[in-house]
Amino acid sequence: MKTAMTLSQKILAAHAGLDSVSAGQLITAKLDMVLGNDITTPVAVKEFEKAGCDSVFDKSKISIVLDHFTPNKDIKSAQQCKCCRTFAKKFDLDNFFDVGEMGIEHALLPEKGLVGAGDLIIGADSHTCTYGALGAFSTGVGSTDMAYALSTGRTWFKVPPAIKVVLKNRPAENVSGKDVILHLIGITGVDGALYKSLEFVGDGVKYMTMDDRFTICNMAIEAGAKNGIFECDDVALEYLNGRYKGEIRRYAADKDAEYERVIEIDLAALSPVVACPHLPSNVKPASKLSGVDIDQVVIGSCTNGRISDMRAAAQVLKDRKVKRGVRTIIIPATNEVYLQCVKEGLMEIFINAGAVVSTPTCGPCLGGHMGILAENERCVATTNRNFVGRMGHTSSEIYLASPYVAACSAVLGHIGVL
Amino acid sequence: MKFEGKAHKFGDNVDTDVIIPARYLNTSDGKELALHCMEDIDPKFAAEVKAGDIIVGGENFGCGSSREHAPLAIKSCGVSCVVAASFARIFYRNSINIGLPIFECRQAASDAKSGDVLRADPTSGIIENLTRGKKYSTAPFPKEIRDIIESGGLMKSVKK
Repeated sequence: MKTAMTLSQKILAAHAGLDSVSAGQLITAKLDMVLGNDITTPVAVKEFEKAGCDSVFDKSKISIVLDHFTPNKDIKSAQQCKCCRTFAKKFDLDNFFDVGEMGIEHALLPEKGLVGAGDLIIGADSHTCTYGALGAFSTGVGSTDMAYALSTGRTWFKVPPAIKVVLKNRPAENVSGKDVILHLIGITGVDGALYKSLEFVGDGVKYMTMDDRFTICNMAIEAGAKNGIFECDDVALEYLNGRYKGEIRRYAADKDAEYERVIEIDLAALSPVVACPHLPSNVKPASKLSGVDIDQVVIGSCTNGRISDMRAAAQVLKDRKVKRGVRTIIIPATNEVYLQCVKEGLMEIFINAGAVVSTPTCGPCLGGHMGILAENERCVATTNRNFVGRMGHTSSEIYLASPYVAACSAVLGHIGVL
Repeated sequence: MKFEGKAHKFGDNVDTDVIIPARYLNTSDGKELALHCMEDIDPKFAAEVKAGDIIVGGENFGCGSSREHAPLAIKSCGVSCVVAASFARIFYRNSINIGLPIFECRQAASDAKSGDVLRADPTSGIIENLTRGKKYSTAPFPKEIRDIIESGGLMKSVKK
């Protein structure tokens, strides 16, 4: 008799060529996509060359996206991008995205149809877990793992146990995927899902849009998780159809699969929340933080830079002005999102409100460029981490929130909802 | 080979942003990264750390980004190994892959104070706190992972 498996375990078993796997087992599995960015790829290239590798496993299954310090912020960053460019050219990689074609990697890959249901993906970026939203097993690794995978198309995994997260009922208006995942991290803490899968199920899933699901899986790592995953349903299929270049493989968890823990979340009971400094688990209701004055708002990132995030921000900013003194930086995650903002008139709303709109970049999220904070400054950001010094000075503070809460806070000049 | 050195103690959830802030990620040169190791949590660390010293962390050490620059910065500033109550999973993988020895031991991590002299043996998994006269044993790595460590890192096995 086969061991009952979780959804994540099913995908791992299929890629390891095994009938079944169980938690704790070490396996070697074949990869459908290997990803790197302008920070992590140069380190991988160095390791790849040092080991004397002279070929890549499959030029169509490698994606390199120059998104972190681009358009290049300084000479060193430019050198790093040059290293990626040279590597991509040398091996004639199909999926190399430079300025003009690039977007923030975890918004770009799904949009370009490079990741889909049933895939096994690793990326040298911790937020690679985003693609679980499409029913893929997807996880972040380091540069040496990337180098090994570039050469072999394989990697080793320790099969994770899972936590089942049951989403129930319909959320209120203005409660988004960001509120769901922050609420969950508030329950688990930043290491409550360490080494584990977070598998999202329940009747509430159908109320989560594709963009909500990307946001939820994106921040699985902030609970320590190896991956976050939704089963591929009609919502995911609708997104994948016409985009995804591979073959859709729909897996489901066995009914008797074992879970280490079950967490139920009543979506109807949620309200917009904020993760206060300096941990993503320090979650409080947005309405209770009106005493927190702010200097900056950032709306964008791999967590919340998609079109529905832009729409949510625009809905708040339409016919309103951001509070004088609150620098409001809006960053559509990809050129496709950017263009859609233009077509829908969102750009005009943002600019009239007194915000600035940037080319796609990870920039401020990791304190790279395009919005660094000075001493004691405070920022509400739709990004994913609020660690000490993450966005600038070590005494600055980051409050993580949804685009709706971020836009409301920009108008109010302090954290809050309108 | 055993590691012996002075402990530098940190708390829970030491993230990769404080281990090596992203503003320095425009290079992957270990020596340059080492100059800024732990800068945002202990600005004096990089100047004070001595070859062989041991970093002691609490729960979830190395959480956050996948940057391999974090274990690389630690290794490059002369730290011989890291002892923590638990490790974030990408940091754990990265450390194994680049050959930074790590030991997961809740009790050793909790008992140690900055300045204690620790000795750690990767073969037996035994950690000793010489200052406090205490001894701890940790579970050995599974064989597959030991093979990576013993062959000198993941890339050494790429051509096999």
